[in-house]
Amino acid sequence: MADESEHAEEMTGAEIVLRALKDQGVKDIFGYPGGAVLPIYDELFQQDELNHILVRHEQGAVHAAEGYARSTGKVGVVLVTSGPGATNTVTGLMDALADSIPVVVITGQVPTGLIGSDAFQECDTVGITRSCTKHNYLVRDVNDLARTIHEAFYVATHGRPGPVVVDIPKDVQFATGRYTPPQNVQHKTYRPQTQGDHSAIEAAVRLLASAKRPIFYTGGGVINSGPRAVVALRELAELTGVPVTSTLMGLGGFPASSDQWLGMLGMHGTYEANLAMHDCDVMVCIGARFDDRITGRLDAFSPGSRKIHIDIDPSSINKNVRVDIPVLGDCGLVLEEMVRVWKDGGLSMDREALSHWWEQINVWRARDCLKYRRSDDVIMPQYAIERLYEATKGRDTFITTEVGQHQMWTAQFYRFERPNRLMTSGGLGTMGYGLPAALGVQAANPGALVIDIAGDASIQMNIQELATAIQHQLPVKVFLLNNNYMGMVRQWQELLHGNRLSESYVEAQPDFLELAQAYGWHGIRCTKPADLDEAIREMIEMDKPVFFDCRVANLANCFPMIPAGQAHNEMLLGEDEKDAEQAGV
Amino acid sequence: MTAKEDHLAIPPASTYFMVEEKETEERHTLSVVVDNEPGVLARVIGLFTARGYNIEQLTVSEVHHDRGVSRITIVAKGTPHILEQIRSQLRRLVPVHSVADLTLDGDPIERELALVKVKGEGEKRVEALRLADAFRARVVDAHTGSFVFEITGKTRKVDQFIQLMKPLGLIEVVRTGVAAISRGPEAMKV
Ligand SMILES: Cc1ncc(C[n+]2csc(CCOP(=O)(O)OP(=O)(O)O)c2C)c(N)n1
Repeated sequence: MADESEHAEEMTGAEIVLRALKDQGVKDIFGYPGGAVLPIYDELFQQDELNHILVRHEQGAVHAAEGYARSTGKVGVVLVTSGPGATNTVTGLMDALADSIPVVVITGQVPTGLIGSDAFQECDTVGITRSCTKHNYLVRDVNDLARTIHEAFYVATHGRPGPVVVDIPKDVQFATGRYTPPQNVQHKTYRPQTQGDHSAIEAAVRLLASAKRPIFYTGGGVINSGPRAVVALRELAELTGVPVTSTLMGLGGFPASSDQWLGMLGMHGTYEANLAMHDCDVMVCIGARFDDRITGRLDAFSPGSRKIHIDIDPSSINKNVRVDIPVLGDCGLVLEEMVRVWKDGGLSMDREALSHWWEQINVWRARDCLKYRRSDDVIMPQYAIERLYEATKGRDTFITTEVGQHQMWTAQFYRFERPNRLMTSGGLGTMGYGLPAALGVQAANPGALVIDIAGDASIQMNIQELATAIQHQLPVKVFLLNNNYMGMVRQWQELLHGNRLSESYVEAQPDFLELAQAYGWHGIRCTKPADLDEAIREMIEMDKPVFFDCRVANLANCFPMIPAGQAHNEMLLGEDEKDAEQAGV
Repeated sequence: MTAKEDHLAIPPASTYFMVEEKETEERHTLSVVVDNEPGVLARVIGLFTARGYNIEQLTVSEVHHDRGVSRITIVAKGTPHILEQIRSQLRRLVPVHSVADLTLDGDPIERELALVKVKGEGEKRVEALRLADAFRARVVDAHTGSFVFEITGKTRKVDQFIQLMKPLGLIEVVRTGVAAISRGPEAMKV
């Protein structure tokens, strides 16, 4: 692996790390120091090109790097120490793996001579992180270090993106070795296929043109693929007039203001999106993976349709659902070629069939599945998000969320027009994701409005990051839908476990205003619907971190809902009467 | 549609659902060419344990020392769908160069080696030797009261031999697992 060039520069391992990061275009890194990375921290201290953001927990560092990556399309970088520093990153790594987010995590390790001796703060980092990374490395020779870091960036960003760990023993950081520049450092063999097979694409386009009830089922792959995919998706949708839905991960990949937008699909998706999925005759799955939250009961999933699946990861194809035409490749490139083939072939849809299909969809839409009972006394959580959307839609706003009902209401009621504007833990469902992710987004997008829509249980899982916002002047907002419950757990208990609310009430809740103020945040509390707009305006206009404690109806449920294991046409719709009654309205 | 009984019909406490695989299981021999780097075997095995796939046999050895390339032969059992997943999950591992399903591609040559220790005297000893001869097993160690046989062949043949040795005083067996290669002039991509 060592570079053979005679002119290679010599430097210490710690210098190599920083040089490699700079050469990879890194500007910001998220980290937390400790014994096994002190040489690297010492180098950081003596330079000012790389900006280090000091988190308060290593899990927060990885989520911040994820937020950074998701809002920019660039790699998020993390630096932590050995042992507990490394183990604290595990949840973040798994989160990034589940959502295909490119992150490079550099961990310190005990000196090579001590590896295997149960040394102080030693852990088998590559062993522990093997199944929660896309790939990982232990670097034993300083001459391999630069190349390994460059390769880590290559692996993190090529093919289906994901997290990569580079574990560097302390003696390797001190040792002197050759620096290899990034040019032409690729993995020896890892070459994911990006260009789709032309005949598969032609077959897909032909099938699409023959459809009477088509649908585009899009996912995070469209966003990961980048702006070209978003443009091409829009163009193909406009050319064909096909309705579009997306997963949680794909929101923003297609503008919510479009007439062709059906809303999100899946467990808490819209009635129209799920029924259209169920009844379609041709489904084009673009960068999504037929996850169980999307398909519901597999044997009842879209029983009458022919399926086209565009994905960069061959293992996603035919994993959960058999497809008729798989197209292996990058969504952007494949969509662009579909557009070309469509235009060159002078193709058109069956207009009459398509307008019947839209009539049917409009009947479903008229069911108004997101309807909820309004109240003048209590803030309904859905209303809070609607008002937040109205107040922020004119600006370039980035939203992160925690996990729970508030997350699903965000997906339902906040209308995303552009990609990279929603950062949420989809695959792993990690409570505590939203606040650190927001910090990462803000670091990457200074001046933008960044809001973590939070739940009162989740926010407490990485609450320590309030300090990071102050130290690094990251003026993020926490918009807390405070219902005093682990709302999503309580909802499942109500609907599926006889309303036995086992351990889902959040007792001993702190006073969030005082807590936020203790960290130096500005605090706002709102309890009445009539005060909401003004309070939101105050939050938005404040150029510092703001913690907004929005007291919402405690017992509201998130509908529609397809209980796990049911089919798309067995959806529970909001019994708004009962729901409102229970919510204490 | 919103009747409570309906959603109570699914098993409680599960946020997942179970699907029964209806296809029948097959046994396939896979060849996996990998970079011979630390942890690569753990990655391959970890994939099987993490995803609940069955490995029946696994052998590994470096095959191109200069290129640092190893070849792993895996005998795996699963439905055609699971076997397809195994292949594509293996291909996804960064240090994996190529994956071939030798069973799918044809009828591969498969060999395995076993060392079989048999203890016995008199009639049984004679019978063991006679059978070993018939199976073309070689005697690689002989004492007055015991033999060690070396047998090479398909898994079925090795199984059979071991089975026959049982009543004749079999006390210990060690097997290498299968090494497999395709027939004909084509070589596997490295
Ligand atoms: C780390 C972690 N632990 C547990 C869960 C299970 N879980 C999912 S949602 C939820 C409740 C979240 O409550 P809250 O943050 O208050 O949001 P709400 O649902 O009330 O909007 C829990 C405990 C999880 N997703 N992540």
